[in-house]
Amino acid sequence: METFYEVLRRQGITRRSFVKFCSLTATSLGLGSYFTPQIARALETKPRTPVLWMHGLECTCCSESFIRSAHPLAKDVVLSMLSLDYDDTLMASAGHQAQAILDEITTKYKGNYILAVEGNPPLNEDGMYCITGGKPFVEELKRVAKDAKAIIAWGSCASWGCVQAAKPNPTRAVPINKVITDKPIIKVPGCPPIAEVMTAVVTYMLTFDRLPELDRQGRPKMFYGQRIHDKCYRRPHFDAGQFVESWDDEGARKGYCLYKVGCKGPTTYNACSTVRWNDGVSFPIQSGHGCIGCSEDGFWDKGSFYDRVTGIKQFGIEANADKIGGTVAGVTAAAVAVHAGVTALKRAKVDHGTGIPKDGSAK
Amino acid sequence: MLQNSLAADPNRDLKSIYVYAAPVRIWHWVMTAAMIVLVTTGLLIAYPPPAVGGEASEHFLFGYIRFAHFTAGYVLAISWLVRVYWAIVGNDYTRQLFLVPVWSRAWWSEFGNDLKTYAFLPSAKPLRYAGHNPMAQLAMFFMATLGSFFMIITGFAMYSEGAGRGSWQDKLFGWVIPLFGQSQDVHTWHHLCMWLIVMFTIVHLYMVVRQEITTKESILSTMIGGYRSFKD
Repeated sequence: METFYEVLRRQGITRRSFVKFCSLTATSLGLGSYFTPQIARALETKPRTPVLWMHGLECTCCSESFIRSAHPLAKDVVLSMLSLDYDDTLMASAGHQAQAILDEITTKYKGNYILAVEGNPPLNEDGMYCITGGKPFVEELKRVAKDAKAIIAWGSCASWGCVQAAKPNPTRAVPINKVITDKPIIKVPGCPPIAEVMTAVVTYMLTFDRLPELDRQGRPKMFYGQRIHDKCYRRPHFDAGQFVESWDDEGARKGYCLYKVGCKGPTTYNACSTVRWNDGVSFPIQSGHGCIGCSEDGFWDKGSFYDRVTGIKQFGIEANADKIGGTVAGVTAAAVAVHAGVTALKRAKVDHGTGIPKDGSAK
Repeated sequence: MLQNSLAADPNRDLKSIYVYAAPVRIWHWVMTAAMIVLVTTGLLIAYPPPAVGGEASEHFLFGYIRFAHFTAGYVLAISWLVRVYWAIVGNDYTRQLFLVPVWSRAWWSEFGNDLKTYAFLPSAKPLRYAGHNPMAQLAMFFMATLGSFFMIITGFAMYSEGAGRGSWQDKLFGWVIPLFGQSQDVHTWHHLCMWLIVMFTIVHLYMVVRQEITTKESILSTMIGGYRSFKD
């Protein structure tokens, strides 16, 4: 079998470009220059690992993000030329030809390929809401996943369910970890995830032949270890107590913190405030809009994007903690007042010295 | 004797009983102060005051509000730790907040009597308690004890997000966040439980004042001096 390096040379990549790529990879993974020769050696000696990229119920925003990676070297080298063997939206071949590649890789590289899933399988009506290659996507997904080495869940669809799983979820769309339970799944949530995050995750897995370190929810720590809020450039305004109150006020013009207009940065784990988007040009908060928390589980079912105290669906109505809590406290206060009134009335009828009712009747 | 009214033991001296030892009294008032700070600053965190002007570097208003909240949270958590310890080594009354004898028939019978008493039913017997009556005990267990524990656990879970992955707060409480779904859900439930504690406080204050005025048992002064006295 060919190594990564052999494939690269065959594609016309010079040794110099190859080493540059290795050092770029080491840097983007936060590993330092010591790891550059290690990455190079790994690529020179290890047989290449194919990546299959399947699409379920989704909007292709993950792919759209991915092809705009600011580091074409990483994207083109690692995925287009080197390893991305199947991706039905990006590949030239279609129909039976494309399907043949899927079958070939799953047999030839059995147990040795990486499956990347964009979107998720709907389970209602035996999975008929999403058909790929004439079969329900859920069946195809299970078949390809069976012999995969590891699985990447691209985006919030594959990781959490996303918009198609929003209540009442008519197609019963579920995140892929609900149907694939026997394989390591690495979640790369976001709607879409950041392109550089996607390429770095694949690069890490290809070069080191292992999963990056994951957090409790299966997300790579290197990109989802901190909240947007922790590295937000507007954080000083938050600590100072300078908030945007409405979209056209003085605070909005001065770039104050968007906390009060519902920014979900304080509760969202992602790398937007450090890596940013479109070649590091900007990210939502920098553009003056709060974070909507698109990489968090259930962000689509939490009421308005512009509320600080968000809705509680468990109570069956549009309510937030203050409406419910305030009502309960109010009713309690009213009940206390009534009870106190009755107590006072009863007491007024009783003689304090003897405890005998004033009207003389027996108790 | 874990619970039960004093009627069960006619030989006891009913003039005054030492109920709340000093650690319990101190804990009570420390917790009261912490709760006042926590509710006030908590509401300010959910609904921050209007923006202050000038450069961000000149102010640290929201930082101080959050600092007060976190500090009061630590005080609350530590005071509960001490209180749990005291429940182990202290007198029988100290365990009432943690152990509700739901297995005891007598306890349930007195609970029913409490319901009748507070509903002004003539069939209610006038019972006396040195500690908490069963109804108060149940309310305190669910709202004060479990409510505080809920706030401490969810509070430290959210604090762990700022403290960072790998911090001791994260190791001890980080698991709470995926349990609720995500961080925003933890915020919502933390906020909701605040109202439960506010509700408890309203009823608690009412009951204490009512007891002090309408019965011959001391209650307000008991949490200051420690003795429950009966003015017979």
